[in-house]
Amino acid sequence: MISVSGIHKSFGKVRAVRGVSFEAPDGKITGLLGPNGAGKSTTLRVLYTVLRPDEGNATIDGCDVVTDSLAARRRIGALPHGAGLYPHLTARENIAYYAKLCGLDKDAMDERVESLIDLLEIGDFADRRTKGFSQGQRTKVAIARSLVHSPQNVILDEPSNGLDVMATRSLRDLILKLKDAGRCVLFSSHVMQEVAALCDDIVIIANGKVAIDDSADGIRNRTGCDDLEDAFVKAIEMVGPA
Amino acid sequence: MRTSLIVFAKEVIDNFRDRRTLASALIMGPLFGPMLFAFVINLSIERSLDDIDRSLEVPVIGQEHAPNLMEYLRSHNIDIVAGPENREAAIQAVTVGDHDVVVIVPGTFGEQFAEATPARVELISDQANTQAERDARRVRSALHSYSQEVAGMRLVARGVSPAVLRPVNVDEVDVSTPSGRSAILLGMMSYFFIFALLMGGMYLAIDTTAGERERGSLEPLLSLPVTRDQLMLGKIAATCVFMAVSLLLSLCSFYFALKFMPLAQLGMTPNFGPPVIAATFLLLLPFILLGASLMTLVASFTKSYKEAQTWLSVVLVAPTLPILIVSILTLRPQLEFMFIPSLSQHLILVGMIKNEPVNLLHVAISVSSTLAIGAVLTWICARLYRREGLLG
Repeated sequence: MISVSGIHKSFGKVRAVRGVSFEAPDGKITGLLGPNGAGKSTTLRVLYTVLRPDEGNATIDGCDVVTDSLAARRRIGALPHGAGLYPHLTARENIAYYAKLCGLDKDAMDERVESLIDLLEIGDFADRRTKGFSQGQRTKVAIARSLVHSPQNVILDEPSNGLDVMATRSLRDLILKLKDAGRCVLFSSHVMQEVAALCDDIVIIANGKVAIDDSADGIRNRTGCDDLEDAFVKAIEMVGPA
Repeated sequence: MRTSLIVFAKEVIDNFRDRRTLASALIMGPLFGPMLFAFVINLSIERSLDDIDRSLEVPVIGQEHAPNLMEYLRSHNIDIVAGPENREAAIQAVTVGDHDVVVIVPGTFGEQFAEATPARVELISDQANTQAERDARRVRSALHSYSQEVAGMRLVARGVSPAVLRPVNVDEVDVSTPSGRSAILLGMMSYFFIFALLMGGMYLAIDTTAGERERGSLEPLLSLPVTRDQLMLGKIAATCVFMAVSLLLSLCSFYFALKFMPLAQLGMTPNFGPPVIAATFLLLLPFILLGASLMTLVASFTKSYKEAQTWLSVVLVAPTLPILIVSILTLRPQLEFMFIPSLSQHLILVGMIKNEPVNLLHVAISVSSTLAIGAVLTWICARLYRREGLLG
């Protein structure tokens, strides 16, 4: 369970996030939706502890991301935006490296890596060096890598970026599997349809603020728009300019 | 500690598979120095050996006037060839560089010689031309010793001891040892070692900071349940290992390169056997930590791989500065110098090559000050790694 309360974050004069609050419960998929530059990535980066919020706080299963960041990181599997692999290592080695860093012993690691390779259908290219992998292959390995320690909370920053239809579909299946396993899944996207198809809860962010936080139906009702895309645009207009 | 070991092992394997890193650590650094060195030394040695053995062709005008002198010159490995037509032509030829030196024996030579008045010989050379002047010097000294020899014989014929010609006898005592003479030339070796050592770790230092950031692999790494200090220590340790391997290879390649150089013919016997190699390796070990943390520090300030490369090539040159200054001023090793990394190692190494007794206090100061600076830089690296700005 991820809980965000009133976080602010500025980079110099740019106020990227201006008081974002929401909750992402276990066993549900929460979508962070917003136009480019809305503050989605910054919010997520605060959650996986690489950025410190200027104000407000966030907890992962009750662990504060600033004061107890190591414990928070133990409970998160994060896929940062544009996550890169080590090109000289094979897909399997890339995943195993993270497993070792998360403290898995040899047997547990082998088992875990093997099951992730199955889960993400990496088998065909698991023992090839990742240099020259397609975007879809890279994303799969990067997601597998972030799940090595079986985290309760999974944070994915624009995971479907650059994926083709087949890869997007298997990503969707994976996210649903994680939900069925009772995990808390939080992912960001700027594609309305994708979020509507998957998410139990949608948090629309614009100009660093939460415009609306509801289910897809709830958003339709509150904006009075039947079409989700219109609803999205209307919600953003509600926030107003920065 | 476990985390650092995992990072260390991964970085070693990862970089071992990277051709660019391997080439710079295992080939460029260790081989570049010795090869350049061997080339320069062989060239200069061959040249100076040449000068003694090579027979010198000297055009002489009027050789028929002094057959004995010509015979004497020939016995001193000077080949007499026909000279230009006259004195003007000779001066012209030397001026434009057709000949380095021309000797003129005037027609009056035989007469003056027989009368035992100073017999005139002209030697035309361009004293501003160093290369030509070397040949002229050989001819001049041959003429001089002929003159001395004849003078001695004339004195003996008159019943006077030739010793009167030498009221003062100067005996020169050269205290330089063959190892000591080596030091001047071989002093630059220490820089090649430091260069090889830094080259060995350069690409790792970039890869583990700017490279990892540019690749986008830093952020997921930092979101793992490990502390940043541990990550950084593992990376610096891997950098150190590559540097140590590079240094070791460089020492070995120098050892073999020196065997192929005709140094003994120049009266040099550098004291650079396996014990000195081992001592040099130990002496430079503290510098590895310093170099690794310095390069990591510099690279972590940069925004991209390319920028890091640019800045690190400055770091590669920096250790030469103190060595250069002290060499130009020809300063003797002093206690204060031992606090300066690279300079202290250079001075101690030169001492060892000269086969001088090693000053243990100097070694202790060199090791501890270099280690201390390395530790401080590592600490600063760790601080920087905790920064948010690390992600760029």
